Amino acid sequence: MSGKIVFNIRELAKRPPKLLPGHRLCAGCAAPIIAKLALLATDRPTIVVNATGCLEVATTIFPYTSWNVPWIHNAFENAASTASGIEAVIKALKKKGKYKYENVDIIVFAGDGGTYDIGLQSLSGALERGHDFLYILYDNEAYMNTGIQRSGGTPLGAWTTTSPAGRVIPGKTQHKKPIADIAVAHRIPYVATATPAHWMDFMRKVRKGLDVNGPAFIHALSPCDRGWRFDTSETIEVCKLAVDTCYFPLWEFENGEWRLTDRSLAIARNPRLKKPVEEFLKVQGRFKHLFKPENRHLIEEIQRHVDAIWEDLLERTGIK
Amino acid sequence: MSRLKQVLMGLNGDEAVAWAVKQCDVDVVAAYPITPQTIIVEKFSEFVANGEVHTEFVAVESEHSAMSACVGAAAAGGRAFTATAANGLALMWEILYIAASLRLPIVMAVANRALSAPINIHCDHSDSMGARDTGWIQIYVEDAQEAYDSTIQAFKIAEHPDVLLPVMVCLDGFFLSHTLQNVKILPDEAVKKFVGERKIPETMVDYFGKKVPVVLNPDKPLSFGPLDLYDYYFEHKIPQFKAMEKAKDVIREVNEEWFKLTGRKYGDGLIDTYAIEDADVAIVILGSAAGTAKSVAEQLRKNGVKVGVVRIRTFRPFPEEGLVEALKNVKVVGVMDRSGSFGAIGGPVFLETRATFYDKSERPVIVGYIYGLGGRDLSPEMVKKVFDELLEIKRTGKVRRTLSFVGVRE
Amino acid sequence: MGETLRSWKELPLSALPFKLSTEFKTGDWRTFRPVVDQEKCTRCLLCWVYCPDMSIVWDGQRISVNYDYCKGCGICARECPVKAIEMVKE
Repeated sequence: MSGKIVFNIRELAKRPPKLLPGHRLCAGCAAPIIAKLALLATDRPTIVVNATGCLEVATTIFPYTSWNVPWIHNAFENAASTASGIEAVIKALKKKGKYKYENVDIIVFAGDGGTYDIGLQSLSGALERGHDFLYILYDNEAYMNTGIQRSGGTPLGAWTTTSPAGRVIPGKTQHKKPIADIAVAHRIPYVATATPAHWMDFMRKVRKGLDVNGPAFIHALSPCDRGWRFDTSETIEVCKLAVDTCYFPLWEFENGEWRLTDRSLAIARNPRLKKPVEEFLKVQGRFKHLFKPENRHLIEEIQRHVDAIWEDLLERTGIK
Repeated sequence: MSRLKQVLMGLNGDEAVAWAVKQCDVDVVAAYPITPQTIIVEKFSEFVANGEVHTEFVAVESEHSAMSACVGAAAAGGRAFTATAANGLALMWEILYIAASLRLPIVMAVANRALSAPINIHCDHSDSMGARDTGWIQIYVEDAQEAYDSTIQAFKIAEHPDVLLPVMVCLDGFFLSHTLQNVKILPDEAVKKFVGERKIPETMVDYFGKKVPVVLNPDKPLSFGPLDLYDYYFEHKIPQFKAMEKAKDVIREVNEEWFKLTGRKYGDGLIDTYAIEDADVAIVILGSAAGTAKSVAEQLRKNGVKVGVVRIRTFRPFPEEGLVEALKNVKVVGVMDRSGSFGAIGGPVFLETRATFYDKSERPVIVGYIYGLGGRDLSPEMVKKVFDELLEIKRTGKVRRTLSFVGVRE
Repeated sequence: MGETLRSWKELPLSALPFKLSTEFKTGDWRTFRPVVDQEKCTRCLLCWVYCPDMSIVWDGQRISVNYDYCKGCGICARECPVKAIEMVKE
């Protein structure tokens, strides 16, 4: 059960960080919180593969690097296949007795563009082949690195620079792709959703994902203050609202079993805790236009969508 | 000369490559099937399935992922190989540059095939010629034996500390990939000794205050593939130019070493010539068609016609010095390209050959021919016609066309 | 950063970065600085957990802010359960 792993933050906080300060991600960015917590969840030697994106770019502006773990950025769409090669070569070198480490954790960090869109094929291939690695999607719901363009991870109604809120079309006209469900459909040993706000839950999931034998996938929500249009101090609050409204439920799929975790489990047990999705939308400038009378129906549509997914999740987890 | 016991086997070019890879102690083969390369990975899969190699075979979902996995494997310290052709190579294009720029000694066999559209599975060089500026060394082989020999040599060249560049071994689709030939195979141990273990290079990194191995190593963490701006990107490209230049010597040395071991060599490693010393006219050509050119030249020579053939073995690095030396007394040169460059004044081999002679005071007349696109055979009659044209130019001093197409219906 | 740019001969192989980003100070991005009230602080370390810039330092006794890197996002002040961190204009 997810409650077994405990992290003593007072001890962990004394250690030298594996992701170093001096990186140039925006103030208030959730991605470095996700990366640092993930790296904190394992004591084993770690190799990081990073898809092209904000995290990759802002942590390795030559001649500087923020990574105190071995790290490789190959390209945008191939983080999972790069990890496949690393995992395979470690196996091969072990067979020859030419590899020093008993276990090495391989962690991929990739954004929504590199996962939902351009990297989906490479991810699916690596999941199907069963490589032993953990893929962490930090989902900021648009191409933030290139200046806030819509991706397969952008939610309905959201303003982006390629789904602008115009006079005729009010933001993105499609829902978010159910990326974690796509990972589950591969029947890999471990899939979970997480946010940095629910940090203990996230770190436990990282540990589980690393401990299973085979591929693991964690979909972490990564609010972007620049792209979502909120104050830099609100990053964690926005995560909490995403979970409290069931816009982004916390769950895990482990060896064929579904389970709600952390705050989402509490909401399932006490439905009165569930907030309207409006609470999540209204704190973000990217949804501002939805509050005009003529677009109000979109908020209702988003609420219906959120409710349907939540109900489905309650069924899958056996709560309903 | 060699006292080595070599075994004669009937193999096609693809199988010859697979045998070479089997003997080179490769850690990861990541590949995707595409005609006419597929036999390589099929054969290699058999070696894996029968436990004859320790290699991890990663049956990726695309060529893009094949090259990406090779990048990961090589960066993590292993020896990596892949094979592809045509559209597969085109799909890899982005990662070809990354492999070379990260200085990863990956080896890849390219069974040369025409690019779509229309889709065509047969031989020409438009696939690998499109990749000529990616930073890969390119070896074009003439027969299955050379495919075997060059694949083994490729690992040694790629991993040489002065080089550290990926190597493409290009063999003509079907003409070589699927044609059965007698191939001499070395004992496993001899190949293993020749290639050696992959040595990880070291480099000075300030934050360690010393030289550290260039590998994804949890003890000495390095960051591969950072973001580079206008302040350093240019500086990072210069070592790639330098390494390609240094590769010339290494390819020559490896060619000689191979000769001592096996009794086989391919010119000086970069360029091979036939009857060039007193030739009046000559053909410059790559790959399997060089065999046809040589046999036609042999016939003409019997009749006292002074013709020669120059086979460029490494298109990258381009054998500029060898080419000048080989053609110094030749009056008219016909450069035969198995690919074109739409809108250019000729094919890539022609362009480089001409450029090579631009600043030479003594230079031959150089004309270009494009032949064999999409698997069109280059017959001895066609080669004969080219030689006749070259002789005609020598006789009259008149060039009617700079670029001609050989064997196409008008 | 006003430093001498190196020639290609002085760079590591494979375009590997040769400096740690700790040599690059991002503190000058800040318009508000977090100031910790040690009296109020309960050492729960939530600020440490949530800091995107690894700028909360825990020495086992008390927390402090590393202003060399703190970009002043204000997450620490926002998340502090006892309001022991105040954002003060630079």
